[in-house]
Amino acid sequence: MSATTSTSGPAGLDEPAAQTQPFWVLSWLHLKYQFLETVRVPIAVLGNLLFPSLAMVFFVVPQESVAGNPLYATIAIAGLGLFAICSASLFTYGLGVAEDRQLPFYPFLRSLPAGPGPQMVARVLNGGIFSLFGLLPLILIGWLFTAATLTFGQLLAGIGTILAVSVPFVLLGMAIGYKLSAKAALPVVQVILFPLAFAGGLFLPPEAFPAWLDAISKATPTRAGRDLLVQATTGLDAYALALPVLAGWTVLFAVLAILAYRSDEGRRFR
Amino acid sequence: MSAVEVSGVTRRFGAVVALDDVSLDVGHGELVGLLGPNGAGKSTLLSLVSGQRRPDTGVVRLNGHDPRDARSRTVLGLTPQETGLPATLRVREVVDFVGGHYPDPVPTGELLEQFGLSDLGKRQTGSLSGGQKRRLAVALSLVGRPRVVLLDEPTTGLDVSGRGALWDAIREYHASGGTVLLTSHYLEEVQALAERVVVIDHGTVLADDSLETILGRVGARRVQFTDAEGTRQEHLVADSDAFVRDLVRAGTEFRDLEIRGASLEEAFGQLVDATNEGAVR
Repeated sequence: MSATTSTSGPAGLDEPAAQTQPFWVLSWLHLKYQFLETVRVPIAVLGNLLFPSLAMVFFVVPQESVAGNPLYATIAIAGLGLFAICSASLFTYGLGVAEDRQLPFYPFLRSLPAGPGPQMVARVLNGGIFSLFGLLPLILIGWLFTAATLTFGQLLAGIGTILAVSVPFVLLGMAIGYKLSAKAALPVVQVILFPLAFAGGLFLPPEAFPAWLDAISKATPTRAGRDLLVQATTGLDAYALALPVLAGWTVLFAVLAILAYRSDEGRRFR
Repeated sequence: MSAVEVSGVTRRFGAVVALDDVSLDVGHGELVGLLGPNGAGKSTLLSLVSGQRRPDTGVVRLNGHDPRDARSRTVLGLTPQETGLPATLRVREVVDFVGGHYPDPVPTGELLEQFGLSDLGKRQTGSLSGGQKRRLAVALSLVGRPRVVLLDEPTTGLDVSGRGALWDAIREYHASGGTVLLTSHYLEEVQALAERVVVIDHGTVLADDSLETILGRVGARRVQFTDAEGTRQEHLVADSDAFVRDLVRAGTEFRDLEIRGASLEEAFGQLVDATNEGAVR
């Protein structure tokens, strides 16, 4: 490449390229408009609000042995809350990004003077905001209809933890969304989400797992996230490797997301 | 340093060669029309210049820099495809959003005023008519006070007055020193705006010359009339005046004479055939 440019002469004498707008300015800009776009499709917001609450009402509240026990109820809410967020992140990003890429506005966005960073940061934050909306009714139902108890400090710690835990899932979603078409993204997300949720102990408590499954479970990002969340909300200590496991997956998914973005050149033509 | 420099660029999509060793150099302040039928490679070329795609071989430079680097695109403006505006955002919001990417954007109110969109600022883009979307699309290409503007089919589907207004805006931008690279498959659009025309088909540059020269080459006319037997005849001729004069002189009986410019596709058919014959035979 450089050999070719040198023949064009003035290439080496160019004035330096101008700078783009600062990273945080662009991130804020993208966040603002992604939020507006999402919030103006009420069903998307409602879906996020309803799903975890319905699961709570049907599967946790009627079971007296769980709903009546403060510790079990809190853990059940934590598991469902995390499942809601994993599912929202994978679907919103995996499917959402894949669909966005098929819109004609997308290539236009990519040609604006901004790198991939601000758009990705905004997507992660926007996902976090709507995940919080989804948690509110869940917390409310838990408070009104189960014996779950949280101090205010535990509530804040829980919300902070769940947002941090959502990051690797948002990144995984983006990796899928930038790599695959919308039609392919949907089954892939489903195939990834349910085994991860089950193995991570979001549906059944991992205490009931046989030893081999427990070992696998502890290597999954869902289990690591769940135990950290349980620790934040109940004080039960997470296993020692939970944080490194989650951090490792986060780095891996971030790399995958960036590679997928770079290899993406709009719609595929074959 | 050129505004846009494309040298020896080839781009394939699977087995399809969209661009085949294309070179093009656009100087600052030029207004170049890129003409070609659908699928000729025009949009692929623009997507390379705007950094959306990378060439398989060859070099693309925007203002002397690689357009895949976001910093080099601070001097670039382009139109989104009309159908691609985010439907739930309001007109003013889309302008603010796009403008926010540039160091010194045109104030939103001023831009909307210039494009006659002031009354629509609070409307969601999904509710705009086709013409209004087109105007917004061209307005978006200019919001960042770019030095180079890429316009992909800027007035497709517009009525005459809408088209005239957009042409004025493009001329005004060009008069202020801006560089324009515009694609169209409408001969009249390129005729109305461009000084230089690049004709492209099947991924290769067929002609790159001044407007007058190109018009001479693709200026075919289609003449139709009904003859004495009642059969509708159709002729594609280079000089319709001479053709009609001959027709009258020969005393041929005809009615419902109709003459119109050949569509660009037809004209290209001739140009392409001529080129192929020259090359093959």
